[in-house]
Amino acid sequence: MPHDHSDHDHPHALLPPEPALRVKALETLLTRKGLIDPAALDEIIDTYENRIGPRNGAEVVARAWSDPDFRAALLEDATAVVAEMGFFGRQGEHMVAVENTDELHNIVVCTLCSCYPWPLLGIPPGWYKSDAYRARVVREPRKVLAEFGVELPEETAVRVWDSTAEVRYLVIPQRPAGSEGLDVDALSDLVTRDSMIGTGLAKAP
Amino acid sequence: MSAPEPAFEAPWHAQLFALTVHLNESGLFDWPFWADRFGATLARHGLARELNGGEDYFNAWLETLETLLIDAGHARPGDLRALRDGWETAYLSTPHGDPVHLKAGQSV
Repeated sequence: MPHDHSDHDHPHALLPPEPALRVKALETLLTRKGLIDPAALDEIIDTYENRIGPRNGAEVVARAWSDPDFRAALLEDATAVVAEMGFFGRQGEHMVAVENTDELHNIVVCTLCSCYPWPLLGIPPGWYKSDAYRARVVREPRKVLAEFGVELPEETAVRVWDSTAEVRYLVIPQRPAGSEGLDVDALSDLVTRDSMIGTGLAKAP
Repeated sequence: MSAPEPAFEAPWHAQLFALTVHLNESGLFDWPFWADRFGATLARHGLARELNGGEDYFNAWLETLETLLIDAGHARPGDLRALRDGWETAYLSTPHGDPVHLKAGQSV
């Protein structure tokens, strides 16, 4: 590599990678045509890098664990319930909550691309977008789960939900044993991102 | 919660993501249309080898957006190439540490 990133004595600015130059070209062209506002791009990046992430989903799950009426409403119409909590907008137009039980474990994938409930979980992790996950979780979900360290009892059925641009899923993981008496804040600390995709379980307290 | 991972692995992934979301919100295309096109690119790239969810994924994303804008008449391939070359020249001719700007007159 002629442009090593650790080389601070370089006589000229570090040349970004090829696709980054193409992105800059797009951005320049679209700005000149008045099709984009560069300030809006910064705002979008800031939102997903710093403000929206799986803490939102964790808050929803913790409330569902604590409040049976909320849980029932969430399972009935997740979009409306989470919107009331302020979690709505991009890629959250139609959200469906699916609940894990002793009988059923739910996992979410997007086999087409990477549809994901952004308002609740933020931007999907790299593995969610990989061919390895997208193709295999449908074919051999238990094997994929095992690779994530999740071993389910034989009698637990596994259901894989394929997200689309129209419908996004949130898994409500099982409430862990020993979490009785914890408040919503403490409970939400037990809810991991992966547990809301179905590739993990909630943490033990 | 476990320690948060960065939402984007590389700055250009974030820029490209934001560009696409912004164009969607300004009404240039709807999201299901985008997802269909993007899914088709991923499927095509994935025939040759298994794609990872980072660089491969965003390369497919970039190709999809470029093609979509060209097909819709918002960009011409020659213009994009000229701007890409202009940025390369700008980086290579800007002293290290200075902000990089596209040269005046670098127009399309």
